[in-house]
Amino acid sequence: MANYSTNEFKGGLKVMLDGDPCAILENDYVKPGKGQAFNRVKLRNLMTGRVWERTFKSGESLEGADVLELDMEYLYTDGDMWHFMKTDGSFEQYAVEKKALGDTDKWLKEQVVYTVTLWNDNAIAVNPPNFIELEVTETDPGLKGDTAQGGSKPATLSSGAVVRVPLFINQGEVLKVDTRTGEYVSRA
Amino acid sequence: MTVDWRPTAEIATLRERARLLAEVRAFFAERGVWEVETPVLGHGGSTDVHLASLSCEAVTPSGRERLWLQTSPEFHMKRLLAAGAGPIFQIARSFRDGEVGGRHNLEFSMLEWYRPGLELDGLMAETEALIRRVLPSDPGPLRRRRYRELFREHLALDPFREPLGALRRLAAETGGLGMAEATRDDCLDLLISLSIEPHLGRDGIDVVVDYPASQAALARRHRDPEDGEWVASRFEVYRDGIELANGYDELTDAEEQRTRFEEDNAARRAAGLPEVDVDERLLAALEAGMPAGSGVALGLDRLIQLALAKAGVAEVMAFATPRA
Repeated sequence: MANYSTNEFKGGLKVMLDGDPCAILENDYVKPGKGQAFNRVKLRNLMTGRVWERTFKSGESLEGADVLELDMEYLYTDGDMWHFMKTDGSFEQYAVEKKALGDTDKWLKEQVVYTVTLWNDNAIAVNPPNFIELEVTETDPGLKGDTAQGGSKPATLSSGAVVRVPLFINQGEVLKVDTRTGEYVSRA
Repeated sequence: MTVDWRPTAEIATLRERARLLAEVRAFFAERGVWEVETPVLGHGGSTDVHLASLSCEAVTPSGRERLWLQTSPEFHMKRLLAAGAGPIFQIARSFRDGEVGGRHNLEFSMLEWYRPGLELDGLMAETEALIRRVLPSDPGPLRRRRYRELFREHLALDPFREPLGALRRLAAETGGLGMAEATRDDCLDLLISLSIEPHLGRDGIDVVVDYPASQAALARRHRDPEDGEWVASRFEVYRDGIELANGYDELTDAEEQRTRFEEDNAARRAAGLPEVDVDERLLAALEAGMPAGSGVALGLDRLIQLALAKAGVAEVMAFATPRA
C-alpha cells in the first residue's frame, strides 16, 4: 500500500497504526508561533472500534491500510462462523468470526444487508443498517387501550436484542428499531 | 456535480473585513507609521526550518530564474529600514506551504510593522492598542507571561532545566507519539502547543515573553534576570487560545544573522529538507546598518476572525485555498 503523509490525512482515509487498520476521523494542524508543526489526529481503530487521539510531526507518514467496506447480505451461522454474501451479483461469501461481529450479533436477520469491513480480504467488522425490522418473540402481554405515552417494558426480539417498548406492544408484532441507539421507533 | 464557486466568507463578513482593514490603516496613519508595499516574489527565501517556502520559476531581466514566494514581508521591509524608511507597516500576502487547518491557509494576510528606535515593551503596548482597536469589545487585561513560568504553572517543570529524557517522555505521553529522538525544542513546541496554548488569552490578552534562546529566529537575545540564562527577546500575543502576533527586538548584526541562516540550512540538511537560498541582499543591508528597533508580525485573518466571532480563517477570507 501507498504511504500517506500528514498533509494527505483526511476523514475516511484508512491507515495502519500500531499494526491495526484505522480510519481517520479528524485531522487538526497545530503549530506554535515559530516551531515544529504537529497534526492532532483522531482515528478509529477498525479492529476494536476504539477512538485514538494521536499527534504526528507534520510531514510524517503512515502506511495505507487495504480496507474496503462492502454491502453484504446475512445468510446463516453454523455456530462458529457467521456467513455473509456480497450483493454485487458475484455470490462471493465471507465467513465472519464472533470477534469481528461484535455487538452486531444482536441485530442479525437473514436477508438483511450489512456493511462488512474487509482488511486484506478478511472481515474485521460488521455494521447493521441504522434501522431494522424485527419480530417480538417475548414480552409481557400488551395492555389494551394504553396507546398513549406512559410506561414501557422490555421486549426480546427475534435477533436476541432486548429493547424497551410501549406497553401496548404484543408478542409476534414486527417493530422498527434504531440499531445505533437500540431504541424502539414504531410498529413496522 | 456542481462546482462550488461561492466565496468561503459571507459577503456581509467581507464588508466587515473591509471596515476593519480601514480601521487598521487609520490606526497607523494616526501614529505616523506609513504603509509600504514590497514584492511577494524574491531571490531569497526564509531559511527557518519550520517554514516551508513555495518557489516558482520566472523570466526576469536576468533570464529564467528561481524566485521564492515570501513567507512574510520581513526581509524586504528590513531593507527599507536600512535605507532610512523610518516606521513602516504593511498588509502583505504571505505564503507557507503545508499550513492547512482551521487557523491556517496556504496564503494569508500578514500585518507587519517596524518601529526603529522603539524597545520591545513599547511595541508590545502598541500591539495591544491595535488589537483593542480591532476587537469589538474589551478583551480584558493584558497579562505578561514568562515562558518558563507557563511551563511551571501548567506542567510543573522548568523548560530550561528539565532533563531531555523526562521531557521526551512527557511529550510522548501528551501527544501519543514517539519522541525518543526529538530535540528539546521539538518537545517544548509540542508541550506548549497541546498543553499550554489552548489556555492562553481566555480572560484577557496573554503576552508570552522570554522564549528559549534556541527559538530566537530573527530576534536578539538577552539574559534572563532570574538566573542569567540566555533568552530570546521576543513576544507572542494570544487571545482565545489563538496565537495572534510575534514580536522581535530585531537582530541587526549581519554576522550573527549569517550564522543563523547557515545554522538553519545545516539543520535543514540534517532533517532532509531542501536548503533555501540565503537572502544576500538582506545581509548586505544589515552590514550597511539597520537602525536598532522592534518589529511585529500579526496574523490579520485570525484577528478579524476573532473580531467577527467566526470559527476559522476561511470564514473571513473571500476564497480559502480549497476553493481558490
